[in-house]
Amino acid sequence: MRLLTLVSGLLGLGVWVLLSVSGIQGFPGPIEVGERFVSLVADGTLPADLLASLRRVFTGFALGVLLAVPAGFLMGWYPAVRGLFEPWLQFFRMVPPLAIIPLAIVLLGIDETPKVFVIFLASFLSSVVSTFQGVVSVDNTLINAARVLGAGDRRIFTGVVVPASTPFILVGMRIGLGASWATVVAAELIAAQQGLGYRMQQAQLYYDLPTIFVSLVVIGLVGLAMDRALLLAERRLTGWQERR
Amino acid sequence: MTPKIEFRGVNHVFDGFTALGEVDLTIGDGEFVTVVGPSGCGKSTLLNAAAGLLTPSGGEVRVDGDLVRGPSPQRGVIFQQYALFPWMSVRKNVEFGLKVAGVSAGERRRTAERFIDLVGLGDFADALPKTLSGGMKQRCAIARAYAVDPSVLLMDEPFGALDALTRVQLQDRLLDTWSRERRTVMFITHDVDEAVYLANRVVVMAARPGRIHKVIDVGLPYPRTEEMRLSPEFAELRREVWLSVYHQEGSPQ
Repeated sequence: MRLLTLVSGLLGLGVWVLLSVSGIQGFPGPIEVGERFVSLVADGTLPADLLASLRRVFTGFALGVLLAVPAGFLMGWYPAVRGLFEPWLQFFRMVPPLAIIPLAIVLLGIDETPKVFVIFLASFLSSVVSTFQGVVSVDNTLINAARVLGAGDRRIFTGVVVPASTPFILVGMRIGLGASWATVVAAELIAAQQGLGYRMQQAQLYYDLPTIFVSLVVIGLVGLAMDRALLLAERRLTGWQERR
Repeated sequence: MTPKIEFRGVNHVFDGFTALGEVDLTIGDGEFVTVVGPSGCGKSTLLNAAAGLLTPSGGEVRVDGDLVRGPSPQRGVIFQQYALFPWMSVRKNVEFGLKVAGVSAGERRRTAERFIDLVGLGDFADALPKTLSGGMKQRCAIARAYAVDPSVLLMDEPFGALDALTRVQLQDRLLDTWSRERRTVMFITHDVDEAVYLANRVVVMAARPGRIHKVIDVGLPYPRTEEMRLSPEFAELRREVWLSVYHQEGSPQ
């Protein structure tokens, strides 16, 4: 498996080199991009951009998850709450968070707030749906087993429903983090003074392809790293699950 | 024998379908009663009514003379699907009911230990359910039910998902546990052999509507052994139960 990953990486690089020597106007090769990466790190631009993007993502993502988990539990536990909120949830799920940006900029200004807000929305929507799915799909037999052992509603909730839905919540968080990361870059393309998306947009104005490539590669790798980290946490926290 | 569980005119209708007609049945204190019958005869409905997991449309269930109004740790239930909490070790599963009851940690551990040993899972106390075989899971569930010291055990086809070999082993182990920790048991099964082997009395039910078809006394003494299982007396009882399960056209008594 590890070998295959390595082969896959080398093949990808090969395709890249072929494309760069095939004569597409201005298409940079890996070496040029690597040099640009080093210089962007050296002059502090890349770290500053990365930090700005990451701060937005984590703020929005944390707020989204923090609100989504209790909201999802309420929806799963109380049918009335579910009935009231679900139509709106499904509605907003159909609106891409990016489509909210124009409205958010008009209402919230051009500073950090609109960007954090759309990220919040992206992570909230995916986490709330999965949390609520998790609560709804808790095995009824488990709840009955707890009841016949004397557990009341509160104990059933904290002792059975919460742990049983953890795997769903973590899957939601993974999807949410992916969505947040995708959203931040796009949001920065539209309105920002710093960040990976902003840097690409600037580079586009100056026909600076190596910088665009550096940003793209960093976005991909950082996203991958975040996903892996959550996957690891998921394995650790829900190792009790029977996997096929 | 003093009555322990009494079903009085219990009937149940859902979605216009009569799952259970009128059922009257008394189970004595310390008795091991098996209930056998075709699917749809309402045997699980009857058990759930005793467990308090279901409120019958009519009639009442009393345990120790008290009306059953909801689930209670006094009535332990063992489910066919084991229903172990998968995120808890065997020990934590067994301790769950004690924790709910507010028993101190030290006491919990001692009690859990005792029942884990009783069902022979001593070496697996810290294992997660996913690492256990079906038979071991069900033994853990039995220990968990026993730990809260119920006076009644309600078992809903507990060995139904197990292979024939494990099933026979678990039957012996259950009887062994039961002989040392005597409780009133109501045991649902669709296996005629199992019904006769375990019980003082076999209740045979009929379907459409669910009702008691026949009650057969098993005169065999405990402890039950393999020789008994292979004896002509056993074969005769088995035949009687078999006929009343599979050939119910004959007039019910």
